[in-house]
Amino acid sequence: MTQTDDIILEVKGISLAFGGIQALSNISFDVRRKEIRAIIGPNGAGKSSMLNCINGAYKPQEGQIIFEGAVLSDVNPHKMASLGIARTFQHLALFKGMSVLDNIMTGRSLKIKSNMFLQALRIGPAQREEIVHREFVENIIDFLGIQQYRNTPVGTLPYGLQKRVDLGRALAMEPKILLLDEPMAGMNVEEKQDMCRFVLDVNDEFGTTIVLIEHDMSVVMDISSRVVVLDYGKKIGDDVPDAVRQNPDVINAYLGTEH
Amino acid sequence: MGFFLETLFGGLMAGVLYSLVALGFVLIFKASGVFNFAQGAMVLFAALSMARFSEWLPLWLGFENKVLANLLAFAISAAIMLAFAWLVERYVLRHLVNQEGVTLLMATLGITYFLDGFGQTVFGSAVYKIDVGMPKEPMFILDTVFEGGLLVNTEDLYAALVAAALVALLTLFFQKTSTGRALRAVADDHQAAQSIGIPLNRMWVIVWFVAGITALVAGIIWGSKIGVQFSLTLVALKALPVIIIGGLTSVPGAIIGGLLIGVGEKLSEVYLGPALGGGIEIWFSYVLALFVLLVRPQGLFGEKIIDRV
Repeated sequence: MTQTDDIILEVKGISLAFGGIQALSNISFDVRRKEIRAIIGPNGAGKSSMLNCINGAYKPQEGQIIFEGAVLSDVNPHKMASLGIARTFQHLALFKGMSVLDNIMTGRSLKIKSNMFLQALRIGPAQREEIVHREFVENIIDFLGIQQYRNTPVGTLPYGLQKRVDLGRALAMEPKILLLDEPMAGMNVEEKQDMCRFVLDVNDEFGTTIVLIEHDMSVVMDISSRVVVLDYGKKIGDDVPDAVRQNPDVINAYLGTEH
Repeated sequence: MGFFLETLFGGLMAGVLYSLVALGFVLIFKASGVFNFAQGAMVLFAALSMARFSEWLPLWLGFENKVLANLLAFAISAAIMLAFAWLVERYVLRHLVNQEGVTLLMATLGITYFLDGFGQTVFGSAVYKIDVGMPKEPMFILDTVFEGGLLVNTEDLYAALVAAALVALLTLFFQKTSTGRALRAVADDHQAAQSIGIPLNRMWVIVWFVAGITALVAGIIWGSKIGVQFSLTLVALKALPVIIIGGLTSVPGAIIGGLLIGVGEKLSEVYLGPALGGGIEIWFSYVLALFVLLVRPQGLFGEKIIDRV
């Protein structure tokens, strides 16, 4: 893991309310280029809301999101995707009827430039472009070890494999930042270990910055460089894993029940 | 036996046209969750445009060639349907994102009345004819097997071929192009599609345009059979039972549902008609749809929706 002080993403004073419910109040933190940044907290702490704000799905009432030095305004998921922010989903949001290959190919949508009529006719440049993208996607499929399911409709795959496809689709975007929403949720120990390895490898091999949401603390402590702790929509800790482990507020809110 | 087969063929041919209209419904519903009541009006509008331009263009530009006139009229009508799709997205759908299904349905009702009125204002409200050179004379086939052969309406046969070609093209488009892949993605999960950078707005324009093209083809085929007139919009009402039977979210369902209705109508008219009194053709499809709703509410090919309570 290369560590620099190069800040790629900064979240400043984010507040988000749904009606009378304050989901996030005044949250600030930053993400360094190429680090694995974790956001943890008990259920309902506002982790997913935070992710949805970064991804542009929610529009916070207050605060700023600064990406590569520029303050983003009027965000939406499509815009964030084109800036290079990819995400996975806590509850799988794969295209169920489509094959593994097609699902991951959709991740290339922003990269494909050729005209759709040329594609339909399989003419010249369109055909060559498709081959280039296909090659890229095949590499991801190899990387995730799902070669034998290439043409299987994702809806029929076991849960752990679907999570990999979700990751693969996001990777196909060649993102600068990868937002992972509870990538290990609902997995058994073995699957969790696999997923951890993928996350570390993505960070290591592709140099992708990763923001990871998890409530399984053990996982997070092992792989992340710095951890933000949320509880009831407030930030109660932000430090390296060992320091977070010692933080009395965090122990109260979170670990108290576990130790 | 020969007579049965003739009736069956007749039903299949009629069914193909129902399928085409139903396909328009299904495409739009899948991609944008909108039950597009305006599909029938789109059929009429596109057919009117085709009929009038193929008549006007030779007059304006002073040429005689019929094929050229038809080709140009088709291109212009397709362009009009593209403009229509863009306008619908820009001025209707974009403002109604995430609204209730009923709200969207009402909006398409509005579009229906607008299209009906606007179309007749611009193109006139008489009965117009479309002549794309479909052969009218019937032909006999298989006369070695059956005495006297089977009577086949060549016009229907060509119509069915054109419709089949269109369906093949659409399949190619949806399965083999990245735009088609993106459209399938949007149909499966809006949120995820957006998060990987598929622009919903553009996808909606494309899918309404594709539905517009199926409306145009259906309009041309029906129009050349019975003339372009207001009753074309009623074809859409025939497509409703088709999508109930096939399932609102299934493209193969629309096709098979259409064929089932076409065949069912004709066979019931011929074989049940004498016993129940005539005119079964008019209500048969609705009763069939009602029956399917009772037994299999999601339709034969639709997705079963299971909600956690």
